[in-house]
Amino acid sequence: MQNQDSTGVLVYLEHNKTELAGVAKELLGVGRILTDKLSTKLAGVLIGNRVESIAHEAIKFGAEIVYMDENEIFENYVNRPYTSAVVSIVKKYKPEIFLVGATTQGRDLAGSVATELKTGLTADCTELDVDPNTRLLYSTRPTFGGNLMATILCETKKPQMATVRPRVLEMPKPDAARKGEILTESYTIKDRDTKVRLLEFIESEGQEGPDLEVANVIVAGGRGLGDPKNFAILKELADALGGELGSSRPPVEAGWIGHANQIGQTGLTVRPRLYIACGISGAIQHTVGMRNSDVIIAINSDPDAPIFNIATYGITGDLTKIVPVMTEEVKKLRLSISKR
Amino acid sequence: MHTVVCIKQVPDTTSVRINPETNALIREGVPSIINPHDLHAIEEALRIKERFGGRVSVISMCPSQGEKSLKKAISYGIDEAYLLCDRAFAGADTLATTYVLAQAIKKLDEIEKVKLILCGTQAIDGETGQVGPGLATRLGFSQLTYITNIPDLDIDNQEITVIRKTERAREKLRAPLPALITLRDEANEIRYSSLKDLIRSERYKVIFWPKTVLGIDESQTGFKGSPTKVFKTYVTPARERGEILSSEEGRERKAVAEIIERLITTGFFVEGNDAKSG
Amino acid sequence: MVDEKYDVVIVGAGPAGISAAIPLAKAGLKVIVLERGEYPGSKNVMGGILYRHAADEIIPGFYKEAPLERHIIKQSIWIMTKGSAFQVGYQDLALDREPYNSYSVFRANFDNWYADKAKKVGALIVNETVVEGLIAENGRIVGVKTGRPDGDIRCDVVVIADGVNSLLVRYLGLRSELTPDSVTLAVKEIINLDEAAINQRFSLTGLQGSTIELVGEITQGMVGIGFIYTNRKSISIGIGALVSELKRTLMRPYELLDSFKSHPFVSPLIEGGENREYLAHMIPEIEFNKLPKPYGSGFLVAGDAAGFGNVVHREGSNLAMTSGFLAAQTILRAKERGDYSENSLSYYKHLLERSYILKDMKKYRNLKKYLETHKEIFTVYPYMLSDAVRELFVVDKVSKKEKQKKIIKAVRQRRPICKILKDLYHGFRAFW
Repeated sequence: MQNQDSTGVLVYLEHNKTELAGVAKELLGVGRILTDKLSTKLAGVLIGNRVESIAHEAIKFGAEIVYMDENEIFENYVNRPYTSAVVSIVKKYKPEIFLVGATTQGRDLAGSVATELKTGLTADCTELDVDPNTRLLYSTRPTFGGNLMATILCETKKPQMATVRPRVLEMPKPDAARKGEILTESYTIKDRDTKVRLLEFIESEGQEGPDLEVANVIVAGGRGLGDPKNFAILKELADALGGELGSSRPPVEAGWIGHANQIGQTGLTVRPRLYIACGISGAIQHTVGMRNSDVIIAINSDPDAPIFNIATYGITGDLTKIVPVMTEEVKKLRLSISKR
Repeated sequence: MHTVVCIKQVPDTTSVRINPETNALIREGVPSIINPHDLHAIEEALRIKERFGGRVSVISMCPSQGEKSLKKAISYGIDEAYLLCDRAFAGADTLATTYVLAQAIKKLDEIEKVKLILCGTQAIDGETGQVGPGLATRLGFSQLTYITNIPDLDIDNQEITVIRKTERAREKLRAPLPALITLRDEANEIRYSSLKDLIRSERYKVIFWPKTVLGIDESQTGFKGSPTKVFKTYVTPARERGEILSSEEGRERKAVAEIIERLITTGFFVEGNDAKSG
Repeated sequence: MVDEKYDVVIVGAGPAGISAAIPLAKAGLKVIVLERGEYPGSKNVMGGILYRHAADEIIPGFYKEAPLERHIIKQSIWIMTKGSAFQVGYQDLALDREPYNSYSVFRANFDNWYADKAKKVGALIVNETVVEGLIAENGRIVGVKTGRPDGDIRCDVVVIADGVNSLLVRYLGLRSELTPDSVTLAVKEIINLDEAAINQRFSLTGLQGSTIELVGEITQGMVGIGFIYTNRKSISIGIGALVSELKRTLMRPYELLDSFKSHPFVSPLIEGGENREYLAHMIPEIEFNKLPKPYGSGFLVAGDAAGFGNVVHREGSNLAMTSGFLAAQTILRAKERGDYSENSLSYYKHLLERSYILKDMKKYRNLKKYLETHKEIFTVYPYMLSDAVRELFVVDKVSKKEKQKKIIKAVRQRRPICKILKDLYHGFRAFW
């Protein structure tokens, strides 16, 4: 696509049929910042079936234009028809920047869209910025397990595409008074767009377990708990804070808690607002999975435990005494966590 | 039935260290391994071969040291391994990489039509997850990502049924072959090689495919063919050691109260609302 | 079961195993080497001195391309007390002329290179595979069992070279579990140090190397020895003691190493260096009379697995290599006759006895016992020596004749003369 033709910031409006996905709102938030710097317009692309209310919602969150393509075939997300519809809109309206949320849907879609457009795509960004002079998008993302940050440019192709990591950027406030345009698009479905069929959704059998990757607060226990029943103490604190239980590897190996709660090199990587590490020494195999948490509170009887090197606050002492006191205080003051 | 597995040789990111002087990643002495997610793709391909017969090829775009990983792949029981190796490929981003991989698939079609491509969801170094979708799109294969399970492969009707896991739900999809699947780790566990396969891998000569064999248009690959470029890199700033309070016998409440107070002052904690609504 | 039959299965891709593999593969035999580590050398540790002669026999001129650190031109032995060191050293221009006699090496690098040489002449090396047992038929060993699926291999003869803690030697009942007094546990650190600093501190130029063996106080009364070897850009420093001694004193090897490193005459040598790696390993110290029989119907045993070692002369890897080489000779002879029976393979013992391996082990067969029963060597004599020499070196108003008297008195205070004479006599016997 020609560079000179391209203007505008376009955002993919992922949704769950009734409302915008959280990440789509976050994209509108960062999209607004970029759009203002470039003195251009912010648009959203919405693909679905009977989704006009979502288009209105997008306008409230800052989209000046919504390109909407409604079709029965878009009832549920399937890669091919969505890719074709999005590519068609991008080719028509030629945005200079196109942002997609880095969800499974977003990453699946963005990869195929970028390849069809033969343009550059930067994945899973945690920071975006533009240079108003060159109009180039600077996309920053973590690599090498989060050890190294890389800023990527796409200088020769448009649109400059990026998928953005959810729950990192700020969500804007909706403004009911905002006005915008909804432009109806109508991609003509081809035969090949219907080849892959979604047969059914499978009910979760309830063994899905906690989703630590989206948890706001995680209270985690390690070998220092000493006894599996001490997880109950941690659970009370987690409940009081609206969070989940986590664990380092030893308690999981000992069978005190399930693998779904394991955080670290051989478990999950999490970035909650608050991570409370109880009886966890802080070996790198564990910290690599939680050290990007916003606030880390470490509780350990050993003042030399390496966990204290990365904790925002620490308390040395007996966790079986400290944690219940913390739970009490949280309940007493009715504490909650502020947003990022 | 011809199944192809795409693998990447990556540095073992758990042993990556930072040079404190240059603030850059130390890559020497870091062992190279097969991208762990790709091992599940290898395993699944072998299971498909066990169920349906046919052949399994493995390909990788890598400098010549990638030979080591391809031989390792052979040691699990893969039939043939092809190293797509040429200086022209250096500096490729995901778009330029999928170009080369697609050319390789077309070349493999000449041996036997490729019906299924299996990949891991992403690599542990770049972590983009873009090569699978990009390759499927270039080839026009059915694109099936984040798959946990392949309940059915209907060879007669040339259709595959998969279970896809997203944040919200599991979906059952049916797609025509040829298809490309990116497989989640939970799909399977890589097998322990048999001694036969291990011996075979020791003797095996990996097939090198340079740009001439693949019919490469150099403008579409390597540094030249990459729309994205790295502008700069920097090491993630280390966390600083915070405040450690001590709570000898009976001082627990004081220590806890102090920390909570500080977090309220900085606006991290908010009083008065119920935690659940946060 | 693996489909094909091999001529020889070698268990262990260390110096012994590869030294057998190379001549056998060169002679056209179908050889497979099974190594439990990720790559040959990954599980191997030694202090760090390689003697040229052994490897040279197997790959003439190997030293021109092998990964070697420094060639040794000076050696010394330090007899330590807490605050003194009696040093006996030797350096020689002759040692600085090619071909060099010995080198400092890193096991992992050298073994990996060495194994590669075996591959180049046609030996098959399979890693990450443990041989768990042997296949016997009619009283003869005809193959090995590994832990892998389809993991059995049949062959004419097995060379057991799986190291000091050999699983297979016990499996065959050739010896029982190693007793604490028949194995030394040694720990070592590799400390990175500027090449220039090493040259300066050890008075070397270019790639010249130095070795120091240390005894006395540093092993804190235990039968053991410390060492400091120069590599190109690092120092190998380590210390070991008989496991039975460690059990007696309840000392942990790393504590021993730490206190060794902080000895006032040792720490300046490693000052400013950066610790790169910790390693530990066991060294066989089996009494000559208790050595396991190194052959049987369908198998031979080489290297540490056979207990070959000469600790007092700091030799082990060369014995391993030579024994591997001799095993290969034995097998080639057996192949010619088509006879892998115990009788035929007993030729191995004959070769070992004719070589320095068993000759040296026989010579020193009483040395360990002597040291164990004469711990004064480590605890009293260093101090006695130190007192005597100090008195000699200190120049003061005391007349020299007086000094002599003082020395004799001090010596007798430490240990009665008759006991000293007995110690010397028995020591002489043990050594000679």
